[in-house]
Amino acid sequence: MSDATIQAEAKNRSLWGDVWVQFKSHKGAMVGTFVFVFILLAVAIGPYLWNLDPTFANIRERNQGMSWAHPFGTDQLGRDTLAQLLQGGRVSIAVGVTAMLISLIVGTAIGVLAGFFKRIDGLLMRTTDLFLALPLLPLLLVIIMLFRDTLRKAFGPETGIFILIVFIIGITSWMQTARIVRGDVLALKEREFVLAARSIGTPSLRLILRHILPNVLSPIMVSATLGIANAIITESALSFLGLGFPSDFPTWGRLLYDGAQYIDNYPSRVVWPGLAITLTVISVNFIGDGLRDALDPRIRGR
Amino acid sequence: MLNYTIRRLIFAIPTLLFISFIIFIILDMAPNDPTGNLPLTIPPEVRQKIRESLGLDAPMYIRYLLWCNQFFINEPLNMLHQWFGWCIGDCEGRLRVESWITRSPVVDSIVERMPQTLWVVGMSYVVSILVAVPIGVISAYKQYSWFDQAGTLVSMIGFAVPTFFTGLVLQIVFSTMIPSDHWAWLPSKYNTLHEVTDWQSFVYQMRQMAMPVTVLALYNMAQLSRFMRASMLDNLSQDYVRTARAKGLRERTVVLVHVLRNSLIPVVTVIALGVPTIFGGAIITEQIFGVNGLGALLIIGIQGADIPLVQTLTFIFAVLIVLFNLIADILYGLLDPRIRYE
Amino acid sequence: MKLSKIAMATAGASMLATSAFAAGHEMQGRDGHVGIIYWQAASILNPYLSGGTKDIEAASLVIEPLARYDQDGNMVPWLVDEIPTVENGGVAEDLTSITWKLSEGLVWSDGTPVTSADVVFTANYCMDPEGGCQQLAKFGDVTSVEALDDLTIKITFGVPKPFPYGPFVGGQTPILQAAQFEGCSGAAAPSCTDQNFGPIGTGPFVVTEFRANDTISMEANPNYRDPSKPAFATLTFKGGGDATAAARTVLETGEFDYAWNLQIAPEVLDEMESAGKGTIVSGFGTLVERIMINLTDPNPDLGDERSTVAHPHPFLSDIAVRQALSMAIDRELLTEIGYGQAGRPTCNVLPAPAIYASTANDACLVQDIAGANALLDEAGWLPGADGIREKDGVRLSILYQTSTNAVRQDFQALIKQWWSEIGVETELKNIDAGVFFGGDQSSPDTFQKLFADVEMYANNFDGTDPEAYMGNWKCSEIPSPENAWLGGNMPRYCSEAYDGLLAEMAGTADIDERARLAKAMNDMLMQEYVIIPLVDRGRVSAHANTLEGVVLNTWDSELWNVADWSRAD
Repeated sequence: MSDATIQAEAKNRSLWGDVWVQFKSHKGAMVGTFVFVFILLAVAIGPYLWNLDPTFANIRERNQGMSWAHPFGTDQLGRDTLAQLLQGGRVSIAVGVTAMLISLIVGTAIGVLAGFFKRIDGLLMRTTDLFLALPLLPLLLVIIMLFRDTLRKAFGPETGIFILIVFIIGITSWMQTARIVRGDVLALKEREFVLAARSIGTPSLRLILRHILPNVLSPIMVSATLGIANAIITESALSFLGLGFPSDFPTWGRLLYDGAQYIDNYPSRVVWPGLAITLTVISVNFIGDGLRDALDPRIRGR
Repeated sequence: MLNYTIRRLIFAIPTLLFISFIIFIILDMAPNDPTGNLPLTIPPEVRQKIRESLGLDAPMYIRYLLWCNQFFINEPLNMLHQWFGWCIGDCEGRLRVESWITRSPVVDSIVERMPQTLWVVGMSYVVSILVAVPIGVISAYKQYSWFDQAGTLVSMIGFAVPTFFTGLVLQIVFSTMIPSDHWAWLPSKYNTLHEVTDWQSFVYQMRQMAMPVTVLALYNMAQLSRFMRASMLDNLSQDYVRTARAKGLRERTVVLVHVLRNSLIPVVTVIALGVPTIFGGAIITEQIFGVNGLGALLIIGIQGADIPLVQTLTFIFAVLIVLFNLIADILYGLLDPRIRYE
Repeated sequence: MKLSKIAMATAGASMLATSAFAAGHEMQGRDGHVGIIYWQAASILNPYLSGGTKDIEAASLVIEPLARYDQDGNMVPWLVDEIPTVENGGVAEDLTSITWKLSEGLVWSDGTPVTSADVVFTANYCMDPEGGCQQLAKFGDVTSVEALDDLTIKITFGVPKPFPYGPFVGGQTPILQAAQFEGCSGAAAPSCTDQNFGPIGTGPFVVTEFRANDTISMEANPNYRDPSKPAFATLTFKGGGDATAAARTVLETGEFDYAWNLQIAPEVLDEMESAGKGTIVSGFGTLVERIMINLTDPNPDLGDERSTVAHPHPFLSDIAVRQALSMAIDRELLTEIGYGQAGRPTCNVLPAPAIYASTANDACLVQDIAGANALLDEAGWLPGADGIREKDGVRLSILYQTSTNAVRQDFQALIKQWWSEIGVETELKNIDAGVFFGGDQSSPDTFQKLFADVEMYANNFDGTDPEAYMGNWKCSEIPSPENAWLGGNMPRYCSEAYDGLLAEMAGTADIDERARLAKAMNDMLMQEYVIIPLVDRGRVSAHANTLEGVVLNTWDSELWNVADWSRAD
């Protein structure tokens, strides 16, 4: 969801009260919120409670199943899976949410502008075509080559790579949102209520914020949910290519990928990270559904 | 509309040229090297010679112009020669775009790989559209019913679980755990040389397609059905729906004609964005099942820093993107006549 | 074209007929079909235009060299009757020429005779300055290749060659048919697509369909020199996917008969083998996974002089640190986790052939953390507040780079942990293999530039002679901006004594003396700890239990004896 929407809606306090009441009545949304908050808490404070070092290789205890010492078992080097999941979740969720927000903000902005202002539509959409056509992998190699050392020096190896990855995923995944939002805006701006607002002289910015944006919220919500899943998976693909975080830095995607080759021998290696990713994505999806319903004035108060 | 289309088509030419140049710059800057995958026993001096023989010592813009000449002039002329027998200029000695890895014309490789790409990736897209649209419509119409909840769950799992994982699970279940003489057994590797000549070979073709198509369809279906559902929901609560019902139209007509038509805009966008990716292949799924389509070709080219191959493939991809986005824009106008482009 | 095909078919039929009548001989093609899967697909069947292992091995089904190496690294005559040596007069006393004599009656798969002209053509084809021949190094120092008569070829070298078996020995340099490749020399080489995709050869199979980077279909060569071979009438060479999937098709589903180079976790492989459909085979060559120490300073602040001999490394120039790093590693465990039966712990950078393998450094096989700590204490590197050792303000903090590969990342994690136990801090970095080994001048991440403190990769040499390989660590091979970073001396090691031994080896023909010199050079590198060898890596492949006759060969193409493969009943 974009900041602009929040500001537009926030002018009226009681509106948010209404939204909250409606949101609460959405069972799926409440369960989703509960699960998501639980995951957030787990990865935020979990590593302090379960204080095994996720990178410590205990060779004598490798490939273990579930036990009290290792509730989720260990990997091929004897690293504790639970500790890796908790630590990895921090990165995966941070990457997922940040990259999703970047791509959403860029995509929505470009989509709305292109759909609303006919003069810049051509330019913006051809730029979108360009980004869609760029070969992703060579582009990544170039970006990494140009910026990895600079960022590593400025922010340290982990933060530097984090900025790089979030930036890469963000700028290479906004195009679909932009195209979809533009398509909807093209249709919306010919609707009666927009024409009416325009005819009484509403300025463009206000028109966009009050009338257009709230009505394209649902595709944006869907994009947001899909965007988080996409970012988490893309991050793992990046580290697989050696373009992501250092290899001893666990993330959910990497755990899933590393575990996949052991699927015959130790299926639990893939079940846990797979479950974590799926639960996160599904809970975000339900929150998105609930928010959409809550923000829709036609449904609210029905 | 016709004017608009023609204007867009004309404008597409400079756009595409610009895109091709940007792609070339990126490929040229990328730090991988055509000799990177050779065994280390090949000494550096020989590697240098290899680079020179590939023409890598020429300046970047010369190599770009060379590619333009080969792709925009020589390849079409060669096509005329092969299809119609028309010969313009030097027909035999003409320099075509040649891959550095295979030392053969790139366009021939692409044509060779079209069948399996269309069979697998194309079919998966058709399947996912056929499944996703009804699911999206029913989910929205019966919002929060068990069907909706189940549909949501399945599609979110389909999207959240990466294809390398679903592919692996299917392979283990259908190729390994089921014995190979059982009727439900499916081959884990796609045979690209297989030809459909009779019923039996057609059945085999279906069997070898089953797993890769399922994996890809599951993934595509997830996002399509989500967008379909969201868009339907938006429209179902609109005033015109109430009006239509009040007029006494049958419920089926209201939903399937009025609401569906107005809800298709985001879905058309997603499909238009998706069709070019069919030609881009599906890198991971193709790899798991040995489909060796265009996706596999692209990744081999990228890993081997095969600039002519990657440039050509990516450019064809760019043409399709521009083309299908134009088609989407035209479809918007047809779906919602109020949308006008001048 | 059609006519020649018919001619070929009739020739083949008559051949089959004669062999069937020959007493006791079995028929060619009696065992039907064989499927081979390489997870890297073959892109071309001309090893001179692609040096990739997969391409060389696919081509070895069709085209053959004059002599090959067998599974023990011995040379065996292939298209000749005997290997030329000084003793039998085939190699000149002054070591400047070698004379090969083709076997009588050899024919190409199209029925025409193989002559010395084909061999001469092949040599000139590769040595053409414009062709970009990838096996040019095999023809190093060759001044001329001439045909003395129809079957005799003389190769002359510009300098005495104690080991003159570079050209035409091993799968890298097979003989091409002059008639077929006639118009393909020099700049025209790449445009001969039909020739490169379907070379005419003397091998057991001929190409029927070639799909680049995908699948090759082959059928038995009707003119093969042994009419009872090969046992298979048709062959499919499928490529693509990954090693795990390839292993599964042979070991678990039985869709293919032979899978190549299965670099996957040993326990996964064992589990697959237990399905009972196939067998894992492994063999050892000269491939050693090693850590290269950077003796120069990779500090980015040095600009153009980064990682050049102008600035010695702040702490790795201290031999005590290098030795401690080596002592802290448990090679036994690395091998067990990463390679299983396909690896052996090693303390030498030159582990094979047996006569070259030194035993002087075997103490490294036992991990000695306490000893390493003591060594560092003694050298004055003392733990600071955070447990990281330092001396005069220099912290033992290492940037450790390698290419992206699951086993290498496991190794990195383990070694990082062991080094932390001796008070050394490690930051890990992995780089896409295409970039790391690519040698692109503009990239900072190549293995030659070594903008890191240590790096890990594997290297080996072709054939059995280590002279060129040991030559990697002479002073003149140090990569630097002056030579465009081209050079194999990654540690930037430079020793007059070492260069002296190398020069001595170049002038020595006696095999025992050469072995002594090679061992001395190996020991010098090991005892200076500029290279830390980890694992002697073997080759692992798998074949179906019904496939007989597979002999894994790491010195030549794995498919070297495909003519002898057959189907068990």
